[in-house]
Amino acid sequence: MDPIVREIEKEFMKADIPDFRPGDTVRVHLKVEEGGKERIQVFEGTVIARSGGGLRETFTVRKISGGVGVERIFPLHSPAIEKIEVVKKGRARRAKLYYLRERVGKSARLKERRS
Amino acid sequence: MPLGLIGRKLGMTQIFRPNGEAIPVTVIEAGPCVVLAKRTVEKEGYNALQVGFGHVKPYKVNKPLRGMFKKVGVEPKKYIKEFRVDSVDSFEIGQEIKVDIFKEGERVDITGISKGKGFAGPMKRHGFSGGPASHGSAFHRYGSSLGAHTEPGHVLKGKRMAGHMGNVRVTVKNLEVVKVYPDRNLLLVKGGIPGSRNSIVLIKKSKKG
Repeated sequence: MDPIVREIEKEFMKADIPDFRPGDTVRVHLKVEEGGKERIQVFEGTVIARSGGGLRETFTVRKISGGVGVERIFPLHSPAIEKIEVVKKGRARRAKLYYLRERVGKSARLKERRS
Repeated sequence: MPLGLIGRKLGMTQIFRPNGEAIPVTVIEAGPCVVLAKRTVEKEGYNALQVGFGHVKPYKVNKPLRGMFKKVGVEPKKYIKEFRVDSVDSFEIGQEIKVDIFKEGERVDITGISKGKGFAGPMKRHGFSGGPASHGSAFHRYGSSLGAHTEPGHVLKGKRMAGHMGNVRVTVKNLEVVKVYPDRNLLLVKGGIPGSRNSIVLIKKSKKG
């Protein structure tokens, strides 16, 4: 990538993103606009992937909602994301945890990571 | 008003609107361009400005051109183009035209040379749908029938077939200017533009809103 393009990306990048990895459980505070009013919606789940780089980096969060698996992909630097909270650190041995999609219940858990 | 600039395509990325909407943008190094000569109705039959852009080592420029640059009093420029204007009176030779002639929210037309694709088949070149890939089909990526038989007795002119694709002058119209950096001579427009990275593009104000 051209260094000037990288510089422009830097301008729009957030500085206050916490350090989190695939396997961690996060709470994503999302700004939602409804009928002219803005409110915060929280999406909590396991990070199963981070992809892309620079300003275009995204992360995928998976949770089980009402017995159905729900995954959302967020742009990491989106202004619509108010805050990312790391709830729990999980131990994962690979970068993409897509295998969790085939697991339910106990086997879908991850061991906690201790620093 | 000056109608255009010469620029260099630097690459693509995305930026966010305040509401979180991600928009694809192309970063262009636009100008500064120097006015090298004027064309007037009286002398040449049309009103235009000749502008130059980009650095070139003086020994790479031939003598007549070097003399012209010396007369204007600027460093030799690599690219020289003309832009039509309504009137040349408000411009002076040697004047710099910068990217601040464009404002955020305005529309621009961008011209460049598209990436060459070589000899391409009709599926890639004209978007033909092709045939089934398997199940015993022998018709995969060819163009189909070229037309009827004895009447008209020849292939109609302009029939879309395989051939060379790309490496032609292409204009993309009505692109939104997303951001302007006057001090860094950078322009961000929404969407893609023709050409590869570091290729030369012409940026003009759109005629319609």
